[in-house]
Parts: sequence; structure tokens; C-alpha cells
Amino acid sequence: MEQGVPLFPEAASTMAGKVDALYFFLVAVAVFFAALIFISLTVFALKYRRRSETDVPPSIHGSTPLEIAWSVIPLGLVMIMFAWGAKLYFDEYNEVPADAEEVYVVGKQWMWHIQHTNGKREINELHVPVGRPIKLIMASEDVIHSFYIPAFRLKKDVVPGRYATIWFQATKTGRYHLFCAEYCGTGHSKMKGWVTVMEPAEYQAWLSGGVVGESMEAAGERLFNQLGCNTCHRADGTGRGPSLVGVFGKPVRLLSGETVIADEAYIRESILNPNAKIVAGYPSPTIMSTYQGQISERGILQIIAYLKSLSKEERSQ
Amino acid sequence: MDATPINAHSGTPGEPTPVNYLNVDYGLKSWLLTTDHKRIGILYLISITIFFALGGIFAALIRLELMTPEGDVVSSEMYNKLFTMHGVAMIFFFLIPSIPAVFGNFLIPMMIGARDVAFPRLNLMSWYIYSIGGVFTFAAMALGGVDTGWTFYAPYSSTYSNSNVALTAVGVFILGFSSILTGLNFIVTIHKMRAPGLTWFRLPLFVWAHYATSLIQILGTPVVAISIVLVALERLLKLGIFDPKLGGDPLLFQHLFWFYSHPAVYIMILPSMGVISEVIACFSRKRVFGYPFIAFSSLAIAVLGFLVWGHHMFTSGQSVYAGMIFSVLTMLVAIPSAVKVFNWTATLYKGSVSYQAPMLYALGFIGLFTIGGLTGLFLATLATDVHLHDTYFVVAHFHYIMVGGAIMGYMAAMHFWWPKMTGRLYPEGWAKFAALVIFVGFNLTFFPQFVLGYLGMPRRYHVYPPEFQVLNVMSTAGASILAVGYIIPFIYLLWSLKYGPLAGANPWQAKGLEWTTPSPPPPHNFERTPVVTEEAYAYASKPYPEEAEVV
Ligand code: HEM
Ligand SMILES: [Cu+2]
Repeated sequence: MEQGVPLFPEAASTMAGKVDALYFFLVAVAVFFAALIFISLTVFALKYRRRSETDVPPSIHGSTPLEIAWSVIPLGLVMIMFAWGAKLYFDEYNEVPADAEEVYVVGKQWMWHIQHTNGKREINELHVPVGRPIKLIMASEDVIHSFYIPAFRLKKDVVPGRYATIWFQATKTGRYHLFCAEYCGTGHSKMKGWVTVMEPAEYQAWLSGGVVGESMEAAGERLFNQLGCNTCHRADGTGRGPSLVGVFGKPVRLLSGETVIADEAYIRESILNPNAKIVAGYPSPTIMSTYQGQISERGILQIIAYLKSLSKEERSQ
Repeated sequence: MDATPINAHSGTPGEPTPVNYLNVDYGLKSWLLTTDHKRIGILYLISITIFFALGGIFAALIRLELMTPEGDVVSSEMYNKLFTMHGVAMIFFFLIPSIPAVFGNFLIPMMIGARDVAFPRLNLMSWYIYSIGGVFTFAAMALGGVDTGWTFYAPYSSTYSNSNVALTAVGVFILGFSSILTGLNFIVTIHKMRAPGLTWFRLPLFVWAHYATSLIQILGTPVVAISIVLVALERLLKLGIFDPKLGGDPLLFQHLFWFYSHPAVYIMILPSMGVISEVIACFSRKRVFGYPFIAFSSLAIAVLGFLVWGHHMFTSGQSVYAGMIFSVLTMLVAIPSAVKVFNWTATLYKGSVSYQAPMLYALGFIGLFTIGGLTGLFLATLATDVHLHDTYFVVAHFHYIMVGGAIMGYMAAMHFWWPKMTGRLYPEGWAKFAALVIFVGFNLTFFPQFVLGYLGMPRRYHVYPPEFQVLNVMSTAGASILAVGYIIPFIYLLWSLKYGPLAGANPWQAKGLEWTTPSPPPPHNFERTPVVTEEAYAYASKPYPEEAEVV
């Protein structure tokens, strides 16, 4: 891959081949219409070239049938493009498989921090197993970045203040470029790295090898205690705040009467802006103070991983 | 010389030169205080040429840096400033004003048989506003530049960038008013000042195109002006508008910015489309095929263009359903563009086609705009855009439209109306040669970028992986050819001011009221207000029935 002049990118995910098929359809349509225009222009320009300064060509006003034909036929074609593109878009952005393995990504001027659930960290590198769906949960510490893997035909902006999620399933082992695609300042073009797709067994060995610190859950639990969350959010529900055991992924009734699902974005908002959504039965304004400025995006993701684990335990009991 | 001036009646030896808008008065003051739409057009021509040259120098440095994968010519800070200032100079200070402010100003009153625009002093004021905006932006560049990209995305622009964002923002904000006032002036002029007999459907398509453009300028520009001011306010006063750390929303900026800037791309292309209609008709000696369809497609583009801004945000995290709506609407805007291309092509059918320089540029426009429009469909299609967004594919797409389309149209206009504006003919052989050089240089510069984009090379990259080098070297080679192609006309046009043969009133035997006055035109354009009795482009000698039936 390092050598020669590549003219077409490698295809290494389940989505890549599908996007390429759509791309070839678009190329075919584009070549057809470009050829139609170029050939007609050339033929007309030569055939009807001016032969004498006194030429008076016939006056032709137009043709309604032609106008209809060259509006309706392109319209039909672009609607096919739209529908085909929309279907794939929906699949890659919305239809995350339930069994996808989660990996956490934080973009920061100018590097990608990646953490696997077992606690293994990497910078500007992402190791994944081949043939398994992977879900990335991504946040930004500062400006907008965009996580882009050309070989997977996949990209998503990582906008500060919210989570971006994408999923993919690699189909071929190898090393593929990882780029930041959204301009993010001086070091933008250096905010890149590699995605390494490995055989599952090899991946397991890699994942548990080397120095693996605390798992994300353990780190999250430690933060939960360090920051004093546990003083109010007691597991048994006797604290001044609601117990968070089993909350993740479940509906929560709010003071306003609404019900929301306790997803990643909800947890993050509750940490940084506790007054935004107050749980039914608790005082407004809330007695919880904001943790804005006291916790990094990575820390929040660890707490989320911890709260997720509390829900899993709950379910398995 | 292919065109034989048939009714050159000015400047015969012995006769005194008639009074025209150029020789009626001399001196700097007579130019700086003029209210003559023709002189204001020339003032704009000079100002935008300065910005074009500046933008061109930035582009040359960018291409030089990209010859090698490493960052060896300039630093990353500098590189980021170069592409930002290239975009700002070219889009805001060259392309948006280009055809409307120069040729629209010069020609619209003449095309409709008027003595001037509706508000001549307002017209002069717009040029001053343009210049003040230019001075601010110029100062921002001279004081170290700005590095946010021409798109000013927050929160990078509002919080993180350490460059002259606020000063540039003020410059672009001020500039916006010049665009608004020009649009306002044109709309009133076109409504109120048409000569007797010049009904809407007898108007040249150039005027229709400018009418549509003016609508966008008036309705869209205030929004971008406001969003850029909000960036400056957030920077200076730490108001939480776009930065989530201050309680703002970064996507709000993108919505506001593209709400204007997508329509703004049509501000750049519609006037060119108007030029192409005039040129194609003249050099095929035929009425433009499907006149009403071309006229209404401009309006359709102006209206639909306001509903598609979200196609710049397919990967931003906006809801997938919003993405789908923006995708389908974008597909719809492609149709009126396609209709225009088909109608221009059909205009050549059974025509009497000659290939002087303006026509070569017009044919180049059609070909390159076709490629630009078709590749727009790749970006409007959601799943392919996810891959192509923010890569060189987008860069290639919009350069095909803006350089291959809009600037080709500008060059066509320059050659077509130069004899009218200056009274002189340019050297036709050199002009044809330059048109060819531009066409070849352009394609060599930008076609490889489509390939680079699909390969996955992100835009705005100072350093890049080595396997992309060959295509980048091709692009840089093309850019050097393109630069030569733009320098040649600059030289021979200046040369022709003094040494060009006299043009006469109508060197191309073109239809249209602007060709009925001497070249250069007298200060008030027409001796007597013309009365229009025929439709536009009545190139066939035999008169046709008033009921222009469409077969
Ligand atoms: C057939 C019509 C067109 C279609 C379907 C189309 C579609 C698109 C789409 C979907 C994008 C967003 C791509 C992305 O950022 O991922 C885009 C970008 C762009 N288009 Fe077009 N386009 C068309 C015509 C034009 C015209 C007429 C112009 C200008 C004169 C233009 C100028 C631009 C520019 C400047 C950008 C990039 C802006 C930036 O991010 O810096 N396009 N186009
Ligand atoms: Cu757009």
C-alpha cells in the first residue's frame, strides 16, 4: 500500500463494498451524461460551424416534449441515487448491531485517544478484530474533529458537547489510514494514525498483553468515589440523589413529567449541567453542583462505562 | 481577425472622437466621485482584480507546498493561513462581486435601455463599502492573517484560533452590505427602468440571471453577516453561542453559515450562466433554445437553493432524517441546472457557430460546469458523501463549478464585452490560445483531485501520506499552466487598451440594446430612449409572430 500510485482505495469493511457499488453507479450516470453533452457540443459545433458571414440560421424556439424529457429522466435517476444513498446512510449511522463491542474515542487537538473497555489505551492507533461489529463512542475535548477511515468509507464528525457514535465491521486484516477530516487547527494534518485489523485470537492476545491498567469500569468507579458522586448517589437509594444502579439504558421520569432514556448523552449532561433534567421527586434547582471543568471527557466516559456495568450486573442478577 | 467590424463609426481618422464615459472627464476625482454605472463597473473591475491576484498568489504557495508530502515550504500555521486567505479573497472579494458588480453594473442599464441604475449614488456607496471591507480584511492579512478556513467553523474560530478572526469577520461583515445594496439596486432597476416595449420575456437572460442573483443577495447575505458577527462577539465577549463550554452549540453556526453560503454558491454561478446564454446565442446566431425554461430555472435555483444547506452537514451528527430531506432537496436543485445545460447545447443545433474567444470560454463553461454538477450528485448522495465529505473530492467539485464554471463565464464576459467597455478589440489569436491553456491547465489541476478524494485524502492537509504524491504533483503542474493562462489575457487586454484595433459599436453583430450604442458608450448610454419591438436574440432576420409559440 505504501508503494506505487494507488488510484482506488482499499475496501476493508462490510460497508465499503456497498458504497463502492453505489459509487460505480454514480460514475456510470456521470460518464453517460458528460459524454452526451460533450459529443453533442462537438458534433453541433462542427456540423453547424459558420460557413459565411451572412448565414441566417432558422429560428427555433424550443420544444416542450424535449424539456419534459430532459427534466423527468434526470429526475428519475437522481431519485434512485437518493434512495440508494439514504438506505446505506441509515444502515451505517443508525443501525448499530446490539452485540457490537464498544470502544471509546476522545479527539483532542491534535490526537486521538482511544480506550478499550478493559482499560487498554492507545493514541492514534485503533486495534480491532476482523469480522466483529465495533461501536465507537466518540467525544471531543475542544474543537470539532472528524473520525475518518477511508478503507471503511466511514466518517463522522466529533463535535464537542455531544457524543458521536458509529459502527463498522472490518472484513480484511491489515493496517489502514485513520485521519482527522475536519479542520481543527495548526496540527490538523498530523492528527492521523492507523487502524489495525487483526484476527480475533491475535486481537485478544493484543488486548490483554502489555501494560493494561485499570479497566474502564474500575477507573469509572474510582472516579465516582473520588469526585464524591457516591456520597449522594448511594447504591441502596438512601442518599440525597437517586441511586444509579440499573439506571443506564432505562427510562427515567423527570420532574417536568417527561420520560427520557438514560443514555450516554443523558449521563454526560447530568454531570456537566445537573439542572437540565431533574429526576421526578428531587428538588429544583438541584442540590448537585456542576462538574464542568473538574472532569475530562475521558473521565466522563469512564464513569459511563462504570454505570453501564452497574446495569449489566443488575440484569444478570 | 474572425470578426470584421461592420459598423465601426467611431474614431475614423480626421473626425473628432465622440464623447464617451471614459473621455468625458479626467482625473482621479472624476472617478472616485462618479455615479456613472459604467465607471463604477470599472472601479470594481480594478478592485476585484487585485483580490484575484492576491488569491492567486496564495493558491500558488499552497500548490507549491503540496508538491511533496512533507511540510517543507511553509509551516503548518502558515499553510492554514494560506488556504484560509485564498478562500476568503477568492470567494468573498472576487467571485461574489465579480460578474454582478463589474458586468452587471456596466450592462444591466444598457441592456434594458436605461441611463443608469435606479440609485446611482447608492451604487457608488456599495463600491466604497466593498473597499472598506477590503481594507479590514487586508489589514487582518497584513497583521498576521487568519487560519479558520473560509468557513469560520466554531468553536475553532470563536474560541481556539489565535489569529485575526475578529478583524476578518468585521471585513466580511462590512463587505456583505455592498452585496446587499447592489442586489437591491438591480432589482429596483430591472423592475422600474425597462425601456418601452421591453417586457419581462423580452429581457436578455443575463438580466434574468441577475434578478435571481439579487434575490439571493438580499435574502441570504444578512444571515451570514450575523453569524460571522456572532463569532466575533463570542470571541471578544465570551458570549456562549457556539462553544459548548460556554453553553453554546457548534452546529448552530454551521446551520447559519450554510443557510447563506449554499445560496451564495449560486450567487457565484447564476451570473455566469447569464453570460453563457448571451454568448452562446450570439456565436450561434440563434435565439436561446427554451428561453422561458432557462429564465425560470434561474428562479427555481434561487428558491430551492435556500432549502438545501444541510447537505454540508451530512456527517456532522444532524439527525439522519434531516439528512435525508436535505439530500432529496439537493437532488431537486440539480434538475434546473441540468435543464440549462441541455438548452444551451440545443441552442447550437442548426446554428451558425463561430469560435471566437468568448465562445471558446462559453463552451468550456458548459463542459466543466457539467462535470462540476454531476460530481455534486456524488456529494448529494448520502452514503457517498460520508466517504467524500471534507476530502479533495469536494475541493475538485467546487473548483469545477467556481473556476471551471464561474471564472470561465467571467472570462467569456470579459472578452465578449471588452470591445464595448473599452472600444478596442483584443488580439483574437492570443485570446484563443489563452483559452486553450486555461482549459488544459484547469483540468490537469483539478481532475486528479477527484481521484485523491475517493482515495481518502482529507482537504486542508499540510502534510499527507506519501502515496498521494504523484497525483498532487500533477495538480501542481496543472496549476502552473493555469497561472500562465490567466497572465496572458491580463497582458494582452492591457495592451489592447492602447494598441487594439477600434471595435466599433457591434463587432460581434450581436443583438441586445447594449450593442446599439457606440463603443465606448456615451455617458448616458443612449441618445434617445430606445423602444423595443422584438424579443431577445432575434438573430433570424425574418420577424416571427408575437405569440412566441413553443413547439
Ligand atoms: C448540480 C448542482 C450541485 C450539487 C448537487 C451540489 C452538491 C454539493 C454538496 C452535497 C456539497 C457538500 C459536500 C460536502 O461538504 O461533503 C457541495 C459542496 C460545495 N459546492 Fe456544490 N453542488 C452543486 C452545485 C454547486 C454550485 C453551482 C456551486 C458554486 C458555484 C457549488 C459550490 C460548492 C462549494 C463551494 C462547496 C464546498 C463548500 C466547502 O465546504 O468549502 N456547488 N456541493
Ligand atoms: Cu451547498
